[in-house]
Amino acid sequence: MLYLNIIIAGLLTGAVYGLMALGLSVIFGVIRIVNFAHGEMMVVGMYAAYLIAVNTGLDPVAALPLVTAGLFLLGYALQRGLINRYIARPEHEQFLLLLAIATIITASLLMGFGPDARSVPLDYAYDSFQLGPLLLDKVRVLAAVGAVLGVVALWGFFRLTRTGKAIRACADNQVGAQVVGLDIKRLYAVTFGLGAACVGAAGCLMLLLIDVQPYIATDYTLLAFIIVILGGLGSMPGALLGGALVGVTEALSGFAVDPSLKSAFSFALLILVLLVRPQGLLGRA
Amino acid sequence: MRSRRFPIVQRRAAAALALFVAAMLALPFFVNGYIVSVLVVVLFAAYFGQAWNIVTGFAGQLSLGHALYVGLGAYISAALFTHYGVPPWIGMLAGVVIAALVGGIIAALSFRFRVGGVYFALLTIAFAEFTRILFDHFNWVGAASGLFLPVSSLARTDVLLLRGSPVMFYYLLLGLTLGALALCHDLLRRRIGYYWQAIREDEEAAQALGIDVFRYKVAAMALSAAMTSVGGAFLAFYENNLYPDTVFAVGRSIEIITAPIIGGLGTLFGPILGAVVLTTLGEAMTSLSSGFTVNGLKQWCYGAALLLIVALQPAGLWPWLRARLGLGAVRR
Repeated sequence: MLYLNIIIAGLLTGAVYGLMALGLSVIFGVIRIVNFAHGEMMVVGMYAAYLIAVNTGLDPVAALPLVTAGLFLLGYALQRGLINRYIARPEHEQFLLLLAIATIITASLLMGFGPDARSVPLDYAYDSFQLGPLLLDKVRVLAAVGAVLGVVALWGFFRLTRTGKAIRACADNQVGAQVVGLDIKRLYAVTFGLGAACVGAAGCLMLLLIDVQPYIATDYTLLAFIIVILGGLGSMPGALLGGALVGVTEALSGFAVDPSLKSAFSFALLILVLLVRPQGLLGRA
Repeated sequence: MRSRRFPIVQRRAAAALALFVAAMLALPFFVNGYIVSVLVVVLFAAYFGQAWNIVTGFAGQLSLGHALYVGLGAYISAALFTHYGVPPWIGMLAGVVIAALVGGIIAALSFRFRVGGVYFALLTIAFAEFTRILFDHFNWVGAASGLFLPVSSLARTDVLLLRGSPVMFYYLLLGLTLGALALCHDLLRRRIGYYWQAIREDEEAAQALGIDVFRYKVAAMALSAAMTSVGGAFLAFYENNLYPDTVFAVGRSIEIITAPIIGGLGTLFGPILGAVVLTTLGEAMTSLSSGFTVNGLKQWCYGAALLLIVALQPAGLWPWLRARLGLGAVRR
């Protein structure tokens, strides 16, 4: 029963991981750019939620819509102003560009907040629900519910709205989309904005679970990579499945083996999946 | 198009190279200890960049996990020295063999399963990070608390045991870097070099021409890994302390690849120029920002400089500078 509790906790954390990785997956699936500044953008979201909480006393969950909207604008502007010019360039130039953006984001956060870890005090931080024999942390449940809602909202956007359909058309066939008169540049900017919004929302929810510090960004960029590759780059359900897998793997190995070894297990899982099924568990061949 | 048709350009290039080598040989006599230590950092970056340039610049396979081979070279030579007293030059050979095997196996696994492009890059990060965490728990090499080399004999210079001053390391690394430059120059004019460039430009066309693409990509990775591990061994004996979290860090892998990209990916002199520019930039930022007590100012300027270079000279600084100096035609 203890193990079941740990697996559930891993799944709940994994839902937030999934939402974060979904942003990376959407950006790569449509624009074909690997966002090496992904973790950095999440940390921006975390600091935004932290600032709102400290100045207005608003809970990170309540601040989520505002932070998400802010990150959308940031992503939109970045794509419009900078990244759009590098879409057809070689991979290493794109890498260098995003590395520069990531470095500047982390450095700006360091200048603004310093290297210390910050957290938002929550009066329900140690509450939990009793569900039969299961014990669920309130923060984890809240974060997971928020993450699932975020994923559903994004899925609805892509299925139901005209812009969403246009973006999917771009992803399927860029030339065809241009032929029928879609404004690729605007759609790419919207896509990057959506990816940033995902990671901003995930940042607000992560603030319930961990402290924020500028240097954690790289770890989360790597984590997002692991997740999307496990699930399949560009696959929406794949990002969620990957998030759940990594969440459970981390929770189990952290408990049963050694917390400092937990990411080794995630990397081992990634290597295994890449070698057996390079397109990811749910990716198309 | 380089050799016979432009003898003047070639002669000028040779003269420029001779001038550069002479200046580098004389430099330690004119500068203080601080500058020598900065120059050692430059040479490390230049050498690692050259080694990485083989697999990514020549053969076109983006590796983002070269810290793995730095770490293997460093840890193998240092551990053999501290545990069994094996001289570093022998330990270095062991490191070369193991790094080449590991690099070859990673490449073979990836390319056999048709893992390429972004996926290959992320797989190389995964192997490097996995190894870093393993070494964090590997007690024989001191695990996370680090592996230390005895520093009692640092005062006298002993090239055979790699004990000595930064100036000794400066000349050793200069030799290594120039050796790598000569090797790369030679490789690019051999069959294997042309095969690599064909694979980089269009893998399917290369295959259609009958090039054993798989074999040459694996060979590029193994050679690059082996060369990187040699630099790792020097790093271990220069710094005298090794921690998995710094030796195998993702940050090191990224540092290794920024110099050649800034300098000009796939060019011979690009990694060296990139290393000079980036290290100078980093040191200038450090001394400039030491007057202010602002966290992150140095990294901010560094990021801004990267952004500026990728915006203005995305193909790298060396192709641009080479044209300015009249040392060759602008390619690409």
